[in-house]
Amino acid sequence: MLHVENLTASIGDKPILNGLSLDVGAGEVHAIMGPNGSGKSTFAHALAGRDGYEISGVATLDGADLLEMEPEDRAAAGIFMGFQYPVEIPGVNNMYFLRTAVNSVRRARGEDEISAREFLKVAQEAMELVEMKQDFLNRSVNAGFSGGEKKRNEILQMAMMQPKLAVLDETDSGLDIDALRVVASGVNSLRGPERSIIVITHYQRLLDYIKPDFVHVLVEGKIVESGDHTLALHLEEKGYADFLGDPDAELSGASA
Amino acid sequence: MRGIEELTEANYEFGFSTDLDTDVAPPGLSEDTVRLISAKKDEPEWLLEWRLKAFAAWQEMEEPDWAKLNIAPIDYQAISYWAAPKQKPVLDSMDDVDPDIRDMFDKLGIPLHEQKMRSNVAVDAIVDSVSVTTTFKATLLEAGVVFCSFSEAVQDYPELVKEHLGSVVPVRDNFFAALNSAVFSDGSFCYIPKGVRCPMELSTYFRINSMNTGQFERTLIVAEDDSHVSYLEGCTAPQRDENQLHAAVVELVAKDRAEIKYSTVQNWYPGDENGLGGIYNFVTKRGRAHEDAKISWTQVETGSAITWKYPSVILQGDRSIGEFYSVALTSKHQQADTGTKMIHIGADTTSTVISKGISAAKGQNTYRGLVKMMRSAENARNYTQCDSLLIGKECGAHTVPYIEVKNPTSKVEHEASTSTVGEDQLYYCRQRGMNEEDAMAMIVNGFCREVFNELPMEFAVEAQRLLSVSLEGSVG
Repeated sequence: MLHVENLTASIGDKPILNGLSLDVGAGEVHAIMGPNGSGKSTFAHALAGRDGYEISGVATLDGADLLEMEPEDRAAAGIFMGFQYPVEIPGVNNMYFLRTAVNSVRRARGEDEISAREFLKVAQEAMELVEMKQDFLNRSVNAGFSGGEKKRNEILQMAMMQPKLAVLDETDSGLDIDALRVVASGVNSLRGPERSIIVITHYQRLLDYIKPDFVHVLVEGKIVESGDHTLALHLEEKGYADFLGDPDAELSGASA
Repeated sequence: MRGIEELTEANYEFGFSTDLDTDVAPPGLSEDTVRLISAKKDEPEWLLEWRLKAFAAWQEMEEPDWAKLNIAPIDYQAISYWAAPKQKPVLDSMDDVDPDIRDMFDKLGIPLHEQKMRSNVAVDAIVDSVSVTTTFKATLLEAGVVFCSFSEAVQDYPELVKEHLGSVVPVRDNFFAALNSAVFSDGSFCYIPKGVRCPMELSTYFRINSMNTGQFERTLIVAEDDSHVSYLEGCTAPQRDENQLHAAVVELVAKDRAEIKYSTVQNWYPGDENGLGGIYNFVTKRGRAHEDAKISWTQVETGSAITWKYPSVILQGDRSIGEFYSVALTSKHQQADTGTKMIHIGADTTSTVISKGISAAKGQNTYRGLVKMMRSAENARNYTQCDSLLIGKECGAHTVPYIEVKNPTSKVEHEASTSTVGEDQLYYCRQRGMNEEDAMAMIVNGFCREVFNELPMEFAVEAQRLLSVSLEGSVG
């Protein structure tokens, strides 16, 4: 589904991604972990199409060249990004926003717009998924939301957009344990054979709830290690020292 | 990719002109011009005297220069002060309206045919210097409501006009009000009798069509005790390379416990992307609120090359209420200096000011507002909120609040903010599948939400659409 090969990204002359390669198959959940500044969020934005990076390499979704597309075209192609810091849009009704988003993508795919009735039904189900109250739809997009509400809103949007590939950037940051549980169970219920998910996180904690098929360690803009979920447990115990070329790490003799 | 020309055309959809057989006075302004206008309208002697007094006052006055506006000199002798489509002056039925004029209004989306009219809105249609027709006049009269052109009011209700004309905006009020008082040609007149709730929305549609003419309209709304009226105005003009002058005066009188809601969607031709052409819009709008009365101004200003406009309320009666809700958008080379004056005289008076300024391209947008608490304004309150939104790097937003307080029990609050349409907001919307222009329109409309909520439904929809159209080409 997603094929990334030798991807580089830089801002000005500062390199952030240094030849990242990754393949994600249909229905798979991949976790990307790494220390601060290793390029995790940049990878997510590079896939979603944020301006401001110089990008080279290959990134395709079902064979379509993502790097040639505008962000909205990537969304139509099936990419959804869950933001680490969801953006506030004062005065814009959450429901209106959601419906515009869903219809924009439908139009781009040559489908009919969703009817008001159908939309409400789907929104209702999605809201139950993330345990959101009714009045939530009538508030402005993310304006005055708590950290937990913002993240739940991201998952609500993901449920409505029905993406092929969801890239969730530190969805667990700023969440207490209850909110984490709600968000994770929301994501889990959206898992399916046709949908791939990339979970970006600092902590193994989230992976207790969302069991990944693969775990990758990102250091200095490159994937330096891949494994199954036990790799995450290892990281939780030892930190990233093994991968940072830190002399103390070598002394500890941990296997890599 | 769309070319620049296409974007500019899309930007102003009412830029067409109509070939009407028009009676135009030669350019120039003198006492004779004033006499000519008065004679054309067959006015009583007292009104001619009133005009001449205004003209004499105007000649001694100077153009105001305190606004943050860069205006090319206006040659008042180069303008024609009278232009009227040639047709029968009095109309009893819509079928008498000149078909060309009817077609023009069809094109503007304001049908004047009986069968196509919106059933809940009465329209006074004004072209250049004269009113061409007023719809639903008879229906309104059954409720006791008078809604007609100003010229008809002078003939049919001279006492009402005489009593109220200039009672809120005196002839010497300011340079442009004095000019208007001398040469005003037509406008709308509304009279709502005691205890009557006007059964439909009243509206006036202003259209400048002729070249090298100015439009100087005069509107007077009188709401007697316990009455209620909602009034709307819209305006457009053809796309021309020359600047055209529009100097209007609007006076509102809300007697005890009366309520006047006055909404404007101003879409005069703004000029092109190089700053060529466009309407100079100098408007004096003011209302007087008596005891427990309420006057509410809502304006959406997207057009004009220059906007100089401060719809105000004199809160004279105790417990009267004044409101001002404004969205002003300046794009291309447009300049707006707009705001309000809330003059608190009565005790327990309250005023609310919500101003949303949007600047894009090379637009300059200034909020200028006065809140004045007189000595008698016991426990008066004002709340003002001014928000500015910047799109791009070449535009400007300015806020100039004046606060004068002479009563220690009064309370004045002022909040202001300036923000930019964030790259983050645009990116977020685009990641959710919206294209850049849709995203921009959504963000800007969200910014204006509080003001749009004050507009009657149909106008709110129109205002949102206008804003999106005016912003086309200002992103990317």
